[in-house]
Amino acid sequence: MSTPFDLSIRPLGDAAIVVQLGEGISPTVHTKVKNVMQAIEENPFIGFVEALPAYNNVTIYYDPVTVFFAYPEMKEQTAFEKASAFIHNIVEQLDDMETVASTIIDIPVVYGGEFGPDLEEVAAHTHLSEEEVIHIHSSNEYLVYMIGFAPGFPFLGGMDERIATPRKESPRLAIPAGSVGIAGKQTGVYPLVTPGGWQIIGRTPTKLFLPDRNPPSLLNSGDTIRFVPISEEQFHQWKEEEQ
Amino acid sequence: MTICVRQPGMLTTVQDCGRYGSQKYGVIVSGAMDLLSLRIANLLVGNQQDEATLEMTVLGATLEFEEDQLVAITGGDFQPTIDGNPAPMWRPILIRQGSILQCKSVIRGCRAYIAFAGGIQLPTVLGSKSTYVKAALGGFEGRALKKEDVLTCGTPSATGRAFQRQLETQTMPLPWSVDANAFFRFQQTETIRFIEGSEYARFTEDSQKTFERQPYSLTMEADRMGYRLQGEALQLSETFELLSEGVTYGTIQVPSNGQPIILMADRQTTGGYPKIGQVISADLPKLAQLQPKATIHFQKVTLQEAERALIEQHQQLTELAVAIQLKGQRNNEETTA
Repeated sequence: MSTPFDLSIRPLGDAAIVVQLGEGISPTVHTKVKNVMQAIEENPFIGFVEALPAYNNVTIYYDPVTVFFAYPEMKEQTAFEKASAFIHNIVEQLDDMETVASTIIDIPVVYGGEFGPDLEEVAAHTHLSEEEVIHIHSSNEYLVYMIGFAPGFPFLGGMDERIATPRKESPRLAIPAGSVGIAGKQTGVYPLVTPGGWQIIGRTPTKLFLPDRNPPSLLNSGDTIRFVPISEEQFHQWKEEEQ
Repeated sequence: MTICVRQPGMLTTVQDCGRYGSQKYGVIVSGAMDLLSLRIANLLVGNQQDEATLEMTVLGATLEFEEDQLVAITGGDFQPTIDGNPAPMWRPILIRQGSILQCKSVIRGCRAYIAFAGGIQLPTVLGSKSTYVKAALGGFEGRALKKEDVLTCGTPSATGRAFQRQLETQTMPLPWSVDANAFFRFQQTETIRFIEGSEYARFTEDSQKTFERQPYSLTMEADRMGYRLQGEALQLSETFELLSEGVTYGTIQVPSNGQPIILMADRQTTGGYPKIGQVISADLPKLAQLQPKATIHFQKVTLQEAERALIEQHQQLTELAVAIQLKGQRNNEETTA
């Protein structure tokens, strides 16, 4: 049977499997990711724990002890081999890719100064002025590829490569909530105070992690967002309104 | 079944086996750092293995019990006392109404678990009672315990009640305990087994060898989120920018300064640093019991060996569960005879 899903499987330790569905960042590969996520969640094997989508792969967490003792007809195999076989079966049965409509969400951002301490470093690295970095960063629309790293943290695609800057050499121990950053060709927003290695260029007053809601995240894999530059005054006003 | 916190200790949080199912929203798993000690503590008081317990770190808590309560303390040695008298670990103990359980500073290991027969009554948040302090999620008001907090326990199981009856009629502890040596050595030099990480082959051959041959020490930056190590720097054959992707408990990442970081219970759900290895699940409990300045020797094993070690540990735990249940049944017979 032919399948549009050209997959390879590798272990992430003894309790998770990474299903690789392509390379790089592209909406086409991401559509595969969404389809595989859905298929696995709808057809879980015994011992399946959960699945996590990324740019071009899906990590499937399982309980190796449960998988090992389940399926006695496969008793010569390891838990990894059993789980891999199930994943192969599920993915091979996918023959159509569904496309999903995207919701557009605006994220207000104060760029530079104390809110974006690395804007200067990004400008220096990219040989642009700070204003140019801001203009480029807030001009594009970004696809939310995945939520990860911290609760509600969106990984976005669609950043202009002219402002690509490598991560900090060693991660910072505490980055304020709402910080907007760049790491290589990626950009994202920190919903909570957390350590991290991203170059911080600004901050948003919008809350991205909503623990009392289900799902507990403002953004979802597949949404489209836009960054809208605001002043410090507007930032504080926004914060007050959110209280 | 009310318990008052007299002293909270350094970092005492409610933890169960973790919050699974919401990692796709970036929700951190959390849960006990040392799941083996948590499971054993629960078994000893007749709870389900994954019931919520208190996890103490380095400096223990002091608790006052308003009613009789069956508890078990496992993990690192915090020199526990009840009303000033040494309290045994790794077995069911009955704490009398008005008594005070005091845990001091740790002398072996790093973390201890107190399980209460009937569990801790708290709402589950996204499927778990575990505390994730940074997002104020779950546990007791989403935070570490503070002085004067009040915990409520549930109703003990038949096994829990049997142990409690047995202990009510005597002043001595039960004449048996779990042999902690079967699971832990609690030394500050440990061999930790790992399997190759996704980017293992992208490290230089020298670095691959160094990682196994040279010791790495745990720095002071070692907490529930991750352990930063210090040793000979590890190098990639060539630098590359990696896309963030799923990580898990025990993932060993290497940022560009070459010093490895092991992701622990409060780890991020995804990471973008190259992964040289992955600590095997069976060795995570002993990793969780290491203190800053501990020495780690990494040893590479195959995925099959990792699975076998985990299944052996599971079988040990299953045998223990059966043995403990039998003790409870025997106690029942004695009291009804």
